[in-house]
Amino acid sequence: MSDNNEKPLIEIKALDKRFGAIHAVRGISFSVNKGEVLGFLGPNGAGKSTTMKMITGFLEPTSGNISVAGYDIEVNPIEAKEKIGYLPEGAPLYGEMTVLSFLNFIADIRKMHGQYRNRRIEEVIQKIHLDTVRDQTLETLSKGYKRRVGVAHALLHDPEVLIMDEPTDGLDPNQKHEVRTLIHDMAKEKAIIISTHILEEVDAVCTRAIIIASGQLLFDGTPQTLLEMSPSGKLEDVFRDITTRFYEEKGMATHS
Amino acid sequence: MSNIKAIFKRDFSSYFATPVAYVFIVIFLFLMGVFTFYLGGFYERNQADLEPFFRFHPWLYLFLMPAISMRLWSEERKSGTIELLMTLPIPTWHAVIGKFLAAWAFTVVAIILTFPMWITVNYLGSPDNTVILASYIGSLLMAGGFLAIGSCISALTKNQVIAFVISVVICFLFLLSGFPLVLDFFRGWTPQAVVNAIASFSFLTHFESIKKGVIDIRDLIYFLALICFWLYANVVVIEAKKAS
Ligand SMILES: Nc1ncnc2c1ncn2[C@@H]1O[C@H](COP(=O)(O)OP(=O)(O)OP(=O)(O)O)[C@@H](O)[C@H]1O
Ligand SMILES: [Mg+2]
Repeated sequence: MSDNNEKPLIEIKALDKRFGAIHAVRGISFSVNKGEVLGFLGPNGAGKSTTMKMITGFLEPTSGNISVAGYDIEVNPIEAKEKIGYLPEGAPLYGEMTVLSFLNFIADIRKMHGQYRNRRIEEVIQKIHLDTVRDQTLETLSKGYKRRVGVAHALLHDPEVLIMDEPTDGLDPNQKHEVRTLIHDMAKEKAIIISTHILEEVDAVCTRAIIIASGQLLFDGTPQTLLEMSPSGKLEDVFRDITTRFYEEKGMATHS
Repeated sequence: MSNIKAIFKRDFSSYFATPVAYVFIVIFLFLMGVFTFYLGGFYERNQADLEPFFRFHPWLYLFLMPAISMRLWSEERKSGTIELLMTLPIPTWHAVIGKFLAAWAFTVVAIILTFPMWITVNYLGSPDNTVILASYIGSLLMAGGFLAIGSCISALTKNQVIAFVISVVICFLFLLSGFPLVLDFFRGWTPQAVVNAIASFSFLTHFESIKKGVIDIRDLIYFLALICFWLYANVVVIEAKKAS
């Protein structure tokens, strides 16, 4: 462990985002170190995707700072983006491309060449089980396969920072298990953020969990701490407790 | 450069991945033919040149170029792939240029396919081929101008129909300002310099000038500056959308 390993790979300070009248993210701060898998939790509309879009440089924050691998995403967007693998919400893809041509396009942009390039493309195709569909156009794939291609594209350049918005949504139980194993196996080398509505996933792969609601940070700690807060020993119950209590205190209707 | 090339390659091949490209090319050639032979009176003129062919290019492009450019950014926004594109490690202007060049190259393919016209006219007589070459170049430059406007407009909305309509209107203004009718309207009560300025903004003025067979550096600069301006605006629009 030397020089910049000391610094967190992802560092977020007082992040704020407004869409006109909607205040989607309200002054969130947290950081993620190498080796951590952060579970990003919160009811629908909490601001999870918006936060991820800002970390990956798709949206500009209204205020606050984001640094990825030491690079400020607004000051050095290219350098920061080189370090990031991102699976956007809903895994949008270029429908008319085949799986292989899509991965080749990403490899072009990521400036991957020669042996390394071919090896990486084969590796992700094997790991994510895409052999059978490699020449199929993306628009003809089933939802789960589309999601898998999205995951494959995020992993292609073996990024230090991995941001995945609901990576297991729409996957069958076997694939869910596979992707979790994959995340678990990569965890040591990377800083990973995954958002999810499946709380068992947090227990299974995450070393840390964050709960947000209405754009505000409500909990930041280990899944164990979260579990200990639950009298019934179920994550679902603490999640519901924390978020509904928050909405009640704010005098808002419960969202979920 | 390699980014621009990668974007160009992806976008250009995407045109041919669907029937849209082929349908477009067929319609393009069909309309070119109709305009040249019926409205242009290609045979009746008894002259071996392609003037009746090129005369209608501005008016055809008015609708055909926005039809190509409307999808450039609107579709990325609609399908969400813009999120993939904009989170890849490339500057926005690389993406803008790559996509624009792909659209332009597609237009070049369509225009090249009008070569039977050129063969016909050379078969029927002995035209001035330098004039024809200049006209082709002028036509391509003009197509680039239309596409740059359309690309910028398509970055404003995820709705392709809206992008098409607004692009046609703006392109129409750029044509109109060189129309004799419009210039006559200004002539007489405004200084000649103003009239000239208005005319100099028009595609028509510059295309007409190139069509005569000489590519004046000023016409070249006009089209290139126009393209740069609209592509720059395109980048600004995309950047601004990030903050909204
Ligand atoms: N482009 C936008 N324009 C306006 N409001 C937006 C936009 N994107 C998101 N929002 C709003 O921001 C808030 C947070 O949305 P976000 O998508 O981040 O929620 P989320 O936590 O990812 O929810 P989910 O679990 O449903 O995916 C919501 O109120 C949403 O309506
Ligand atoms: Mg979301």
